[in-house]
Amino acid sequence: MKKNFFLKNISFTIFSVLALLIILAAVFAPLITHGIDPLNGSLKDSIIAPNAEHIFGTDKMGRDIFARVIYGARTSLVSAFAVVFIVFIVGMILGVVAGYFGGIVDAIIMRIADMMIAFPGLVLALAVAGIMGASIKNAVLAISIVTWPKYARLARSLVMKVRNMDYVNAAIVTGSKTLHMLVKYMVPNVLPTLIITAATDIGSMMLEIAALSFLGFGAVAPTPEWGLMLSEGRAYMQSAPWLMVYPGLAIFITVVVFNMLGDGLRDILDPREND
Amino acid sequence: MSKKKIISRLIQIVVVLFGISFLTFLLTYMSPGDPARTMLVATGVMPTQETLDTLHEQMGLNKPFVEQYITWLTNCLHGDFGTSYSLGKPVSELLLARLWPTIKLTLLSTAMMMILAVPLGTLSAVYKDSPIDYIIRNITFLGVSLPNFWVGLLLMLVFCVQLGAFPVICSDCDFKSMVLPAATLAIAMAAKYARQVRTAVLEELNQDYVIGAKARGVKGWKILWFNVFPNSLFPLITMFGLSLGSLLGGTSVVEVIFSYPGLGNLAVSAITSCDYNLIQGYVLWIALIYMVINLLVDISYNFLDPRMRVKR
Repeated sequence: MKKNFFLKNISFTIFSVLALLIILAAVFAPLITHGIDPLNGSLKDSIIAPNAEHIFGTDKMGRDIFARVIYGARTSLVSAFAVVFIVFIVGMILGVVAGYFGGIVDAIIMRIADMMIAFPGLVLALAVAGIMGASIKNAVLAISIVTWPKYARLARSLVMKVRNMDYVNAAIVTGSKTLHMLVKYMVPNVLPTLIITAATDIGSMMLEIAALSFLGFGAVAPTPEWGLMLSEGRAYMQSAPWLMVYPGLAIFITVVVFNMLGDGLRDILDPREND
Repeated sequence: MSKKKIISRLIQIVVVLFGISFLTFLLTYMSPGDPARTMLVATGVMPTQETLDTLHEQMGLNKPFVEQYITWLTNCLHGDFGTSYSLGKPVSELLLARLWPTIKLTLLSTAMMMILAVPLGTLSAVYKDSPIDYIIRNITFLGVSLPNFWVGLLLMLVFCVQLGAFPVICSDCDFKSMVLPAATLAIAMAAKYARQVRTAVLEELNQDYVIGAKARGVKGWKILWFNVFPNSLFPLITMFGLSLGSLLGGTSVVEVIFSYPGLGNLAVSAITSCDYNLIQGYVLWIALIYMVINLLVDISYNFLDPRMRVKR
């Protein structure tokens, strides 16, 4: 049975292994880079083209690009997962509450959500991140602020579908506590769809965080972060193209893997989406 | 869309604008930066406590939050968005000067996107499950995962630095300097829209009228061009409206890379220099433009889809 599942969903299997490899690379970064420090380099090694010792070359501070790319996976993964986790929890709670209680609670939550949705996300994220000051934490917050309404709307619409079903009313009539109703009856209804959405969103969250860092509103030097590395390498485009090739490749590959994984997960959990 | 619905949408736009303006004002109020200090530094004066205090008084920064907000809002309603701290010019003037380059860039990249996405999506739908479909779908999948700032840098590396075909700094905003920024934006969007075009066309291809037309012996390309394509336009227009929003925000990254003199570039420099008046003006303008475009898109259905006119 178990073997069958992995063979049947071959692309899902491949990409979950790849995603696991990326996560492991981030966790065991010191082992992979043989203890090379991603933050300090000696200036005499500044801007060396890729060679046997520095397979991805070095930057202007003499830091090893390979080490920085590997350590960069930590920043990227942690912040992307943080965003997805925050919007998942906040969106789910607010959406379930809005859908279950209706009335004024619903109106307030949904008007705020409408306001966020009626507005180009990155513009607001840019403004929020910029005003609060550059840091990876603020970038995560900024992107979360503009992304939660999507989850809240989804959760609300799913709750509304079952809110007036007989089994729900029966549970209320037989004296189930409100909290019990929310946790045992409403949340299980919204979880599968929200999990699929979250899984498919990880890749785009990574892209947004990298974009904010690239613009200077996310990670701050000397943190190894792919977007920031790209923007640092920009000035040396002509003389040292490896400075922007490898970090970009790292973002691209990671996002592809997580997008594919999300897609695979959707196909498994939600067969309706298959055409 | 009925008149009543349009009016309620207009009211909604006003409400959202109020909300957005309040939110950005609150954020700037709470932020650690001091605009008076920024302004003094920009003019080359060493800020002392005394000059800072005088300036705070002049700019009304020492007043309570609500009073500041109301003053600012009343001025905005009179069309006065204040003066930019870092550039010393009226905010509306600055924004207006940058608006047209960004619109030009948006239109050119949307045109490029359509040229790429519509044929690819249609091909992929018509030859569903064939090698062509498979290849196109995989290319579009990779395209969705490409960071647009990286694409921009690579295009720049190849076409400007190596080949010298285009200028590295696109400050003139003539056609030649717009090609690469527009292409950068178009590539990322085209990948996304090719997939949606595929879904839209597939849906139409499965309709009964297509089978009917085929049964009557109408040629395949004729059905595609005269029946299927016009019907798959609606989702395309919706996508267009939505994409304008992401474009308005997304151009900033590309504008910064190519030093293109557009709104996004202005916004980024405004944010870096704590130019709160400019940031607030920018956010409000973008919100207004975005929502008006989406409303126009919805209204356009009235003219494009006869069914919408009957259903009131």
